[in-house]
Amino acid sequence: MYPSMLRTPGDWFADFDQLQDRIDELLSGRGASSSIRAVGRAGAFPALNVGTWAEALEVYAFAPGIDPKSIDVSVEKGLLSISGERAPHAAAGDGGKPSQERSIYANERFSGRFRRVVALPEDADPVRVEATYRDGVLKIVVPKRESSKPRQIKVASGS
Amino acid sequence: MQSQPNTAMQTQNAQNAALAQSAGARTAPALLPPVDIFEDASGITLLADLPGVAQQDLSIGVEGRHLTIEAPLKLGESTALVSVYAEVRANHFRRSFELSSDLDTGGIHAGLRDGVLTLHIPKLEQAKPRRIDVRVE
Repeated sequence: MYPSMLRTPGDWFADFDQLQDRIDELLSGRGASSSIRAVGRAGAFPALNVGTWAEALEVYAFAPGIDPKSIDVSVEKGLLSISGERAPHAAAGDGGKPSQERSIYANERFSGRFRRVVALPEDADPVRVEATYRDGVLKIVVPKRESSKPRQIKVASGS
Repeated sequence: MQSQPNTAMQTQNAQNAALAQSAGARTAPALLPPVDIFEDASGITLLADLPGVAQQDLSIGVEGRHLTIEAPLKLGESTALVSVYAEVRANHFRRSFELSSDLDTGGIHAGLRDGVLTLHIPKLEQAKPRRIDVRVE
């Protein structure tokens, strides 16, 4: 019944997880080659999620704790670039106590300059790009050009 | 007699399907928010990145000496949106910590702003460093 006496039914969970991971890898597009100017890596700050629907492309950048006025969002050569800087926490917390003794137990959060680039599809309309920042998520909406949306063409009877 | 081996296979398939369903129903892995933790004379301060979390959805629980931070991630995207590329693939955060006995779990203060959680855990009064004056008799 089982391929081996050492495998228990519990191993089926691990198999499904592995299968799920492999499918996720294929569908996330990480295996696909990216535009040479927009090479990204999962693990970079800020993390990005990109989605699309008929009217627009939407980019979500997970960038908490940043002053929205200081984030630079620009479009050039069909590339959307998001850049800025996040200050390290010690500067914010210190206030007027420079001599206070402080032990640091964890420093996992990113600080410093960051820049992420997303290659925009050909039907993107760079003029009407909008960006909003809420709860630490930067949402960038890139509308698609009117002319590139699917249109029905009426067939007139010729006479 | 022909139906005998078919029935055995059907039972096996049904068992596999049931296991597959229960595997999917297990809790989806949660995102682990990165944290900065530092300690000074007043207590421990913890900063956590929780992008997409609103103040009302944040849940901070203390059970004995166990602190758990849990929150759902809400992007508010339209249902028509199809994912093209996703580096963040879970929709809730969870991380827990063990608090040492010199910390005052009843005095925890927390605030959430722009997706950054700031949590302060004070030290118990008797655990704070004290200077003992030496009197001359």
